[in-house]
Amino acid sequence: MSRRPRAIVEFFIERALFLCAAGSILVTVGIVAVLLVETASFLREVSLLEFLTGTEWTPLFSDKRFGVLPLVSGTLLASLIAMLVAMPAGLLTAIYLSEYSGSGVRRIVRPVLEILAGVPTVVYGYFALQFVTPLLQGFISDLAGFNALGPGIVMGLMILPLVSSLSEDALHNVPNSLREGSYALGATKMQTALKVVVPAAFSGVSAAAILAASRAIGETMIVAIAAGQQPRLTFDPRVPVETMTAYIVQVSLGDTPAGTLEYRTIFAVGMLLFLSTFVLNLLSTWLRNRFREEYV
Amino acid sequence: MTSVAETASRPASPSALLRRSGDRLLEAFGLLIMLMALAALAALLYDVARDGFSRLSWQFLTSYPSRRAADAGILPALVGSIYVIGLTAVIAVPLGVGAAIFLEEYGTQGRISRLIEINIANLAGVPSIIYGLLGLGLFVRVLAMGRSVLAGSCTLALLVLPTVIISTREALRAVPRSLREGSYALGATKWQTVQHQVLPAALPGVLTGLILALSRAIGETAPLITIGALTYVPFLPDGLNSPFTVLPIQIFNWVSRPQAAFAENAAAGILVLLVLLLVMNAVAIVVRDRFQRRSS
Repeated sequence: MSRRPRAIVEFFIERALFLCAAGSILVTVGIVAVLLVETASFLREVSLLEFLTGTEWTPLFSDKRFGVLPLVSGTLLASLIAMLVAMPAGLLTAIYLSEYSGSGVRRIVRPVLEILAGVPTVVYGYFALQFVTPLLQGFISDLAGFNALGPGIVMGLMILPLVSSLSEDALHNVPNSLREGSYALGATKMQTALKVVVPAAFSGVSAAAILAASRAIGETMIVAIAAGQQPRLTFDPRVPVETMTAYIVQVSLGDTPAGTLEYRTIFAVGMLLFLSTFVLNLLSTWLRNRFREEYV
Repeated sequence: MTSVAETASRPASPSALLRRSGDRLLEAFGLLIMLMALAALAALLYDVARDGFSRLSWQFLTSYPSRRAADAGILPALVGSIYVIGLTAVIAVPLGVGAAIFLEEYGTQGRISRLIEINIANLAGVPSIIYGLLGLGLFVRVLAMGRSVLAGSCTLALLVLPTVIISTREALRAVPRSLREGSYALGATKWQTVQHQVLPAALPGVLTGLILALSRAIGETAPLITIGALTYVPFLPDGLNSPFTVLPIQIFNWVSRPQAAFAENAAAGILVLLVLLLVMNAVAIVVRDRFQRRSS
């Protein structure tokens, strides 16, 4: 064994490990290639203008329309509701954990939040459909069985741990001298937290918010189960809608043959989804790096 | 006009009271939000347990799906999940650990390493359903694997790859430099050092990360639906090319049926899935503790 020329072995092992690492680039290339090829053939039959500005989405009907706006509005609506739940709740949790609570509370709350983050999304979908929507129907009488409100709220619950843990990190990294300066001027804890610490951590907190929004836009099972499958251009949270992700699921469940225009729509929608989450993720990384340059 | 000293010594001045109660209010709000998140988690578990517990039985675990809710079981889904996750691990672990070793131990600060790092961070933020589209375009169509266990596992392997790489790198980074330097001082080569010193020392962290990544994969639904995993499978998978279903898809299938009896089946399926996740997480914790005790 040891007489084997070590240098050659070392060389080949390093090459092999490099290939593993470089393989990750191939994954990105693969994603972009698959989406591009199918989207390109889709756009040969449907104009980009019609796709992006059309207000009717009926690729599975006999009268086919390929305007993606109803899917976009459904996605935005559900994500907006999720953000309205997750942002205030997540930020307040982060403020509480970082500025008020002792380490004992943190030791209990953090694992519980991690459990929330680890629940499979199909379980959240069940929860939205079978528990949250019936509960809400007690207050809102004309809430449909499938709607954007219930899954939106549950999606907010799902991304809450992401918002709170990233925001808490950001708040935690604000230097103590800022807090002490604020106290020295006679500010209370609340004034310090809301007017000094949170603004100081602003780019870190917005990075968390944007990442959470990206997660909400890409979330699939909750909306596929509980939001319905009716693409409609509306911002009414009480009626059934369809998100981009739910549409991909709907087509995948059917027996649409490969190579047809209907089949290609899921890649075109996927491309739109990929681009929007990609831009949001880049923005979030940029903001977080800026925050790091400021303080850490 | 009151002097400054007078104002300070008067404890119950309205503005001071307001300030202090504001402080309390914020703390109470933070606590309340956290309790609500915990209550939501409790409601979820209670809801699932209430609906599903009565359906849990040996018959449920060992039966095939059926059109009659009371006869239906999850055997093919459970076996399918175990098949797919096992194969996912076989594919993702060597690739991910290899890539992590390269980036952490060999990765020069060159442009390629930097590119790979940015790329992995971006891949971690791509929605899981996009991986499904990649799997559909690449594995199912171009590589002609069909809607098989192999295609599903390859898709999930790519999905968990960024998580595996990131968590493995963290575990490797935690190994003290002195260990490596001691090994080099004794004349060991780079790979000998990695193989005999760094990897064994990092093993508990690596294993924990792997198990957590796989427990994320076992709850994934959307990418497998997209590549065309079946929703009604009255047989067990019998090889890499066999069609299959997994537990989350079976749950999704039951959730989307209108009859209440199927909702109960879905809840029971969720209980099984949650138990599976709990076991995996418990194993991760035990592994970490055992190895840590031995190495310390």
